[in-house]
Amino acid sequence: MFRIYCPYCGELREEEEFHPKGPAHLARPADPDNCTDEQWGDFLYFRDNPRGLHNELWVHALGCRKFFNVTRDTQTYLIKGSYRLGESPDQARTSGDQA
Amino acid sequence: MQRYSGFGLLRHAMSHHENWQRVWRNPKPKKQYDVIIVGGGGHGLATAYYLAKVHNITNVAVIEKGYLGGGNTARNTTIVRSNYLWDESALLYEHAMKLWEGLSQDLNYNVMFSQRGVLNLGHTLQDMRDIERRVNANRLNGIDSVALDTQGVQEIVPIMDCTTSRRYPILGASWQPRAGVARHDAVAWGYARAADALGVDLIQQCEVTDILTEDGAATGVMTKEYGAIKGDRIGCVVAGNSGVLAKMAGFRLPIESHPLQALVSEPIRPILDTVVMSNQVHGYISQSDKGDLVIGAGIDGYNGYGQRGSYSTIEHTLQAIVELFPIFSRVRMNRQWGGIVDTTPDACPIISDTPVENLFFNCGWGTGGFKATPGSGHVFAQTLAKGKASELAKPFSMFRFHTGALVDEHGAAGVAH
Ligand SMILES: Cc1cc2nc3c(=O)[nH]c(=O)nc-3n(C[C@H](O)[C@H](O)[C@H](O)COP(=O)(O)OP(=O)(O)OC[C@H]3O[C@@H](n4cnc5c(N)ncnc54)[C@H](O)[C@@H]3O)c2cc1C
Ligand SMILES: [Zn+2]
Repeated sequence: MFRIYCPYCGELREEEEFHPKGPAHLARPADPDNCTDEQWGDFLYFRDNPRGLHNELWVHALGCRKFFNVTRDTQTYLIKGSYRLGESPDQARTSGDQA
Repeated sequence: MQRYSGFGLLRHAMSHHENWQRVWRNPKPKKQYDVIIVGGGGHGLATAYYLAKVHNITNVAVIEKGYLGGGNTARNTTIVRSNYLWDESALLYEHAMKLWEGLSQDLNYNVMFSQRGVLNLGHTLQDMRDIERRVNANRLNGIDSVALDTQGVQEIVPIMDCTTSRRYPILGASWQPRAGVARHDAVAWGYARAADALGVDLIQQCEVTDILTEDGAATGVMTKEYGAIKGDRIGCVVAGNSGVLAKMAGFRLPIESHPLQALVSEPIRPILDTVVMSNQVHGYISQSDKGDLVIGAGIDGYNGYGQRGSYSTIEHTLQAIVELFPIFSRVRMNRQWGGIVDTTPDACPIISDTPVENLFFNCGWGTGGFKATPGSGHVFAQTLAKGKASELAKPFSMFRFHTGALVDEHGAAGVAH
């Protein structure tokens, strides 16, 4: 059971308020029409799936309903922290935002 | 190999069962193999067995980082069925089903395959339309499959609450009489024993840490315990750890690893003699020969390798079970655990060559690969023996995620099992 920090609400909340939404920072190809099948398939389906630190997208579904990123270890399940979209993983934190 | 028989049991009883032969050897690895299989779960062991038996390739090692069958093979809820929607997958799972039907004899090991039937419940009009469609597709593929209405379901499982006042009323089900369950450990042990008897080296407690390559071709594996082991062909059958192995070889897979949990109750008197699954309320249940109710959950939505999931997922599953079976509401749960399943975007496996020559993967079975164990091993053995996939395995190349030829089985495999 995780306690996840929402960088918008500024609070640690129960996992059940959130939904995981897959890996973070998946950049959509700028010009999809000119992608090869391989490039497009890579974007749609192929994943790093690391055992260890993983940046991932979550949504505060039963809270503020905002999307944000979490850095979490997929082996130990320890959460390093959360950061807003547009921020970088080294800004991950578990406290400090204005509620 | 000492063959098991009723007579043997009697004979060993005379010596107080103290003289049974060891079930398999525990060899040190050789320097070089024709085929190295990474991962000693059911699929890896079955692959080794069929390599030796069907293709006469016996200079084979199975390298397992833990103990044989200790991964998802030992953690699953053992549902076996073949009523998948699309031709490609239905034929593959039905191939496995046919092998299941003779498996105990073939291996001379009782895998306790019990064809007690599987019900997939429908709770909405759309569920029922999908069921009709899938049942018809099954029948066209020669797979036993029946669409039942509420009363038909109630006759098979009298203790289930089929009243229409439920929040998710049971409108009917698909029913596969030949489906059922098997003893998961026995499947791993049976294949291991039979493969060992044909000369396959089973190397346990040995972790593969790297894939060795030369000029874009795999030449062997690096192990933590025994250093480099050379192999002409390498087959990776590591389920939830497939992404990690692919990374060693320098490519990615269309796979994400998720925790999938299951639990068993205290043993109770025989009360449920079939398997009940529901995609809609998301639960599935059967009763083991020991008497415990075996209950499966959905995956946890986040990526994970930790062989455990979140409590809320279990709670959700038990809500579904109690919704279907109010009679079980006071049964106590005994044990709960998780495995790491390798899910693909189309809920179908990957049995494939890779960007690295001589390196092959058999993975992506996700939440439902136990049922395929014999078929998966059988077709993958051919891939490894011949260097290219058989007709049955061909549609499951990893490169379908580039061409777009996906085999979308989310309907038939929507619930984890
Ligand atoms: C809770 C749960 C319920 C399930 N229920 C069902 C069901 O009812 N019906 C069904 O059909 N399927 C079910 N499944 C899915 C099924 O268990 C799997 O698809 C199947 O068992 C996979 O078998 P496998 O041999 O490929 O994998 P595993 O049994 O996981 O074997 C892979 C092996 O690879 C080893 N390994 C990993 N990395 C390395 C390395 N670096 N070096 C050496 N060895 C390594 C692991 O230790 C492991 O033993 C369920 C799964 C779970 C977790
Ligand atoms: Zn919030």
